[in-house]
Formats: sequence, structure tokens, C-alpha cells
Amino acid sequence: MVFLPEAGAEVNAPAACVHCGLDCPPNPPRLEDHVFCCHGCRAVYQLLSDHGMERFYDLDANPGVRPPDTPGVYAALDQPEVRNRIVDFSNGSITRVTFRIPAMHCAACVWLLEHLYRLVPGVGRSEVNFPRKEVTILIEEESLALSTLAEKLAGLGYPPELKLDRLSGLADGSAHRRLVLQIGVAGFAFGNVMMLSFPSYLGLDPVREADFQALFGWVSLLLSIPVLLFSARDFFRGAWNGLRQRYLTIDFPLALGIGALFAQSVADIVRGAGEGYLDSFTGLVFLLLCGRWFQRRTFDALSFDRDYRSYFPLSVTRRRDGADEAVALTDLAPGDRVVIRHGEIVPADAILLRGDAHLDYSFVTGESDLTPAVSGDRVFAGGRQIGGALEVELVKDVSQSYLTSLWNSETFRKPREQDLQNLTDRAGRWFTAAIVVIAAGTALYWWKVDPSMIPRTFAAVLIVACPCALALAAPFTFSAAQRRLGQAGLFLRGPNVVESLAKADTLVFDKTGTLTRGTSAGATFEGAPLPPEEASAVAALASHSSHPVSRAVASALFRDPSGTLPAVTGFAESSGSGIRGVVEGRNIALGSASWLGLKVPDGHGTWLCIDDVPRGRFLIGHDERPGLRPLLQRLRSAGARLALLSGDRPDAEASFRSLFGPEADLRFEQSPHDKLDYIKARQAEGRRVLMLGDGLNDAGALRQSDAGIAVSDDVTLFSPACDAILAGDAVPRLPDLLRFTRAAKRVLVAAFVLSLTYNVTGVSFAASGYLSPLVSAILMPLSSFSVIAFTTLATTWMARRAGVGS
Amino acid sequence: MSVVVVLMAASAVVALTFLYLFIRSVKEGQFDDMWSPSRRMLIDDDDPAGKPDVKKEGKPTHEHD
Repeated sequence: MVFLPEAGAEVNAPAACVHCGLDCPPNPPRLEDHVFCCHGCRAVYQLLSDHGMERFYDLDANPGVRPPDTPGVYAALDQPEVRNRIVDFSNGSITRVTFRIPAMHCAACVWLLEHLYRLVPGVGRSEVNFPRKEVTILIEEESLALSTLAEKLAGLGYPPELKLDRLSGLADGSAHRRLVLQIGVAGFAFGNVMMLSFPSYLGLDPVREADFQALFGWVSLLLSIPVLLFSARDFFRGAWNGLRQRYLTIDFPLALGIGALFAQSVADIVRGAGEGYLDSFTGLVFLLLCGRWFQRRTFDALSFDRDYRSYFPLSVTRRRDGADEAVALTDLAPGDRVVIRHGEIVPADAILLRGDAHLDYSFVTGESDLTPAVSGDRVFAGGRQIGGALEVELVKDVSQSYLTSLWNSETFRKPREQDLQNLTDRAGRWFTAAIVVIAAGTALYWWKVDPSMIPRTFAAVLIVACPCALALAAPFTFSAAQRRLGQAGLFLRGPNVVESLAKADTLVFDKTGTLTRGTSAGATFEGAPLPPEEASAVAALASHSSHPVSRAVASALFRDPSGTLPAVTGFAESSGSGIRGVVEGRNIALGSASWLGLKVPDGHGTWLCIDDVPRGRFLIGHDERPGLRPLLQRLRSAGARLALLSGDRPDAEASFRSLFGPEADLRFEQSPHDKLDYIKARQAEGRRVLMLGDGLNDAGALRQSDAGIAVSDDVTLFSPACDAILAGDAVPRLPDLLRFTRAAKRVLVAAFVLSLTYNVTGVSFAASGYLSPLVSAILMPLSSFSVIAFTTLATTWMARRAGVGS
Repeated sequence: MSVVVVLMAASAVVALTFLYLFIRSVKEGQFDDMWSPSRRMLIDDDDPAGKPDVKKEGKPTHEHD
């Protein structure tokens, strides 16, 4: 019998939370006829409706932000030195403070934050600066402490980001203001100079009105001087900085054109030979600056999108009431206790509570010497623990942008990653040189034909041919692609990685953690059952490592999350082979048979030795990642060469052979060094290698490969060796993602062709004298915009076609 | 002739006044946020009670200097 669900179907589909729009769980929290995804959202709704602020929900659909489960601890804000750094102004009773709130995203957020005074007693006025994601709040500090205010904001779903160094934001703001001022000054001069040029536009008699002409010329010159010295300053400065490094920048032809127009005009006016071209000069600067302003706004809008959504989903292990849980970095707050295992990164500045810390700060400082720390010492964000697990208490907020910047640090850039940038730069340099030569040729031609045309054509050629569009095409295309890939679960280190992914023709997979999911399969122990105290000792050792097998062993032996594990001393991990340490006076070692030096007929599995006596082995189930077969099938039919590198014994070779096909390289019992050598050998054959691994045992191989992707399931090891992080559930979509990167590259080539066509056409018109410098100045930014619009739209379209992103 | 010079001086005064006002408004941050004011004016103020008068001190600006 066919049963069609009718009314019941509605109940099954998860409803969207009225507050934040996320899917509601079964039996969601309710208030009247509204459903919520969590009690936090319900509480915010309740609070708003109690204060008669339901309007919030009319301004946008599901406008809220899910409040964090635990509002952060902001007590530090009340300490005078911290307070002084974030307070803008205080006269004893009224205090003005500016918070950065990354969570605000729509008009309703603005409304809510600006009506804070109705929710929080003691708040006066609050005003939002949306592009900078800042809210400035006036409070009466007698009745409202800063920490309480911050907690209230966090409770509403707008946790303030406490960046004590506002220097970066400050610089941004003043640069923006200076640009607006430069535009204003140039526009002012442009308007007035044009007015003074009216007589010559209208063709007044130059002989009878000669006095006027001279007067107007001098006044125009006076008006133009601030434009030259203030508004056009950045063009000259850019060109000069480039020249000092023996390098022709994009600013060079612009500066040359502007300079030529001004010099010619001054000469004309001084000689009394006319009014020069100051109207063109001021207009040119004005329009070029407007173009720059638009460009910056577009870029801000795009990069905001990237900052806000595309943070990679790093997570860490938080210990609360003795139980460990994986939480996203963004949910961490100062005061949380976090477990840092071998190879993991300290997410934020913290105090060491337990464990022997040997921290590798090379991501921060470039120095790889280990820094020891003992209990009570302060450890800093970005340090990587080498050795046993640590327990630390965070004292600062986690800054994802800081961690991202570590990922992007120069130290870890691959030398060849610069290829694309170099190519654009080199092409740009040749292009600029060619423009200058063409402009000079044009001037030479007009010198013979009609010398009065020289300044106009010379400037017009220089301006219209500016390779801005060329220079913008690559960053815009790849940033757009990076955003799309981020939405689909592949987080790139930087836009240039798109290029490396597109070029890859050989795909090398690591097994454990990449093709299989070690933790979910569970571990079974073969051998005499371990007494409980030994089991917890082994679990304690295993919990110090974040290798999938160790985690499987730890979770198999340690089923009572509320219990405590004994301490481990002398922990050592040999990448890909095993771990050892001393627990309660007993030497425990866990690893492969060959590493332990065991002579057993069947060395398969992970062996356990206690005080050098072999006790048995753990067998980890092969839990294949779902969708693996179609994934490999599609990659093969797309022509990629596949390989599998595994540290394990070749027990499962047959099943992997059927998955990978007859022509693939399957290598087992590979040490991290073997993996590295394999990648090098393929690269020596001229292949572009894409490596997928867990980022721990194969860090060397990931770094060596042309594009290294770390696959992450729950706990992510932040390994700067990789170029990208792929969410575990997005692995089956890898062929689509790779296809999309190739499409993005085609978009880039098309954009190059488009902007070249623009320049060639523009230059030929300008050289023949049909284009005034003013029209060039309008066309130049227009061409940049059409190229940006093209790349953004084409990338979106390609993403949709490849099924990537939303 | 002289009337033109007078007119030019007058227009220069007017234009420079506007330039001065513009520079002052930029310095006070009027151009920092071009997004929210356009949304803010679309949202009716449904709060007859008015805001408490803590605001008398502040300019609605973002001076970080």
C-alpha cells in the first residue's frame, strides 16, 4: 500500500527558528505559536517582545543571530588598563565605548543595536557603523558596568570582539577619510576651473579678452595646486616608490599623464599662450579618485563577505566538568579549559594548568626551537605543542583572523605559490613599459602633425591604457572562487591556491582519516582483557595523541566521560608509528609491531606493550567514508592519476584496488618520509600533485605537494603545511570542487582577454586623438568595473553549474 | 571688468565656504558609514517616550583620536 504523508509531512521537515532561521530540532522550544532552534533564541525573542520590540522581526526574515550557549566572560573589561584601551571618552558619568561586533549583518541588527537603550538600563544612545561592524554606545557607568554591557550584547547574539589593538581599524578609517577629502578637493577645483574655462569653451575673442584669459589662467593654476599636491599625491607616491625599486607600477603611467598635463598647462600660462589644460587635469584626478573609491567599496563588500562567512571550521577539545567535547573555535571564551594534544595549536593566549609544554612558536616567530613552559606559565596563541597533552585555561578571546593570518604567514608560503603573482607583476611591468613607449610614439607623431595635440593625446594614451583591469582580474576571480569553495566546505589558505588546485593532475590520498574515518569505526582489543586500571592508563596515553587511531583507542577504553584519567609523563609520539609514555610508573607503548620491535607472524593492527610485555593489539575497523566509490570513479574518468599512500599494512589492498582501479599506485607501510619522497618523484616527472591527508602524519608531504588539502572531521589540526582544509562531509564533492577551480581559471583567462581588448581599442582611439584625457579617465575605471563584474558573475555562474556554493 | 573681479571674489568666498564645510564634515565622520543611515531613515521611530537624555554630550561620530 502506498502511503502518502499529508499533514504529517510538515512536522517532519525541520521548521526555521523565528529568531535566527536555523533548523529547529524535534520538539523545539516554543513561545506562543513560534518555534525556536534553542532556548537562547527563545530567550532573546521573549526579551524583545517583553520590551515591545517585535518590530525587529518585521525588518528582515529571521534576522537574529543564535546567541552563544555560554556568553563570554568579560570581567576583564572592568579592569582600568583594559577599560582605558577600549573607552573612547569618559567624563566620569558618561562613557562612550566602541565595540566591534562581527555578527551584525542586516538592517534589523542595526535597528536592534540602536534601540539598545530600551533593553539595557543605563544605555543612552548607540550608533552603528555598519561597514566597520562597530557600535558606539554611550553609557552611564554608575549604573552599568562595561562587562555587564558586553554580556548583554553577547546574550542578544552580538558578542563584541575585543580587539585591544584598534590600530588597524584606525588606519583604515583615516585612509578612507583622506580619500574622500582628496576627491572633495579635486571635485572643488574641477568645478571652479571648468567655470573659469567657460570663456574659451564659448569661443570668446582671445585678443579683446586677453586680460581675462591671463587672469583666469592664473586663478585656475592657483586652484589646481592643491589638486597636484594633495589629491594626486598617491599616484606620484606610488610611481616613485615603484621607481625606487626599479619597477614600473600601475601608478607610473597615471602619474606621467597627470604630470605632463600639469607641466604643459603651467608652461602655457606662464608664457601667456593660453589657459592650458587645467580643466582636464583636475577632472582627470577627480575621476581617477572616484574610480579608486568605487573599487575600494566593491572590494570591502566582497572581503566582508569572505571574512564573515568563510572562516574555516576549526574546533578544539574543551574540557568541562571533566568531560571533553569538541567545540568550534568561535564558541570558546576566556575561562574555558581546553585540551591541547601533540601537534595541536594553542587557539588563544592561555595559562598552562597541567602537562609539560614544549611549544613550537615557528608559526608566529619563524623560529622552530621549542619553548618549554610549566604549570602556571602563560602560553600564547599560535604555539604548537610537541609532546603530551596539555590542559590550559584561556585568558583571551579566540581571534580567528589572527589564526588565519598565521596560516597565511610568509614563513609557510610555498616558494612556487608566488608564480601567479609574479606572472601578473611581470606582465604588468612589460605592459606598463609598452604603454610608455606607445605614448612617447604618439607624442612624436603629433609633434610632426600638430604639436598642440601632444599633451592631450599623450595623457589620454597613458590614462586609458592603465592596466588596472589586468591587475584586478586575478585577485577578484580567485577571491570570488575562494568564497564559493568556502561555502561548499573547502577552505583555502589564500586565493592563489585556486590556481594550484586547478592545475593538479595527480591526486594522492592518505588512508586513515582521509578515506576512512578512524574514530567512528571504533577499536576492538585482541588479547587478554585489560584490568580497569590498565585500561585507563592506556586510555590516558592514547588521549594525548590526536592521531585517529589513538582517538579510537582512547574512546574504546574510556567510556565513562565523567571519570578522570591518570597523568602521563615522558610522552613521545613518533609520527605515523606509535606513542609511548609513563603512566603510574608503568611504561606503556602503543604502535605498529615493527616500531615496537615485536616479532609476530601477523603484524597487522596497533600493538600494546606494557613494561615491554606485549599485551595484544587493537584492530581499527575500516569505516570507509560514504560516497568514496563514486568519488574515485569520477576522478578517474576525469583523467586524474590516483595514488594511495598508507602507513598501514597492505591488508585491505584488494578492496582499495577495486576502488582505485588497476592503474593506480597503491603503497602501504609508508613512513612520512616515504610519502614525501613519493610526492617528489611524481613532481620530478612533471606532474602537479594534489595531496589529501590528515595534516599530521603527512605534514611533510602536504607541504611538498603542489596543493595540500587537510581533511577534517571534528577536531581540526591546524597545520600550516596545508593549503586548504576540506570538511569531511564535503569529500564526496571533491570532483565538483576541482572542476570548479578549473572553470575559475578559464574565467580568469577570459577576463585577461577582455581587459586586453579594452586597452588595445582604447589606446588606438587615444593615439589618433579621438579621446580626450577626460573621457579616458571615465573609461579607465569603467573597464576595471566591467572586468570585475564579469569575473564575479562568471564565477557565480560557473559555481552554480558545478553545483558549488549556494 | 571690475564687476567680474568682484563676482569672482564673491563666488570664491561661497565656494571656499562649502569646501570648508565639506572638509569639516569629513573630519567628523559623516562619510565613514554610507550604508546604515539610508536604512535607518526607513525605520519608523515607534517610541514616543523618546530616548533618555544621556545623549546630550556626544556627537554621533567615531573619533578615535
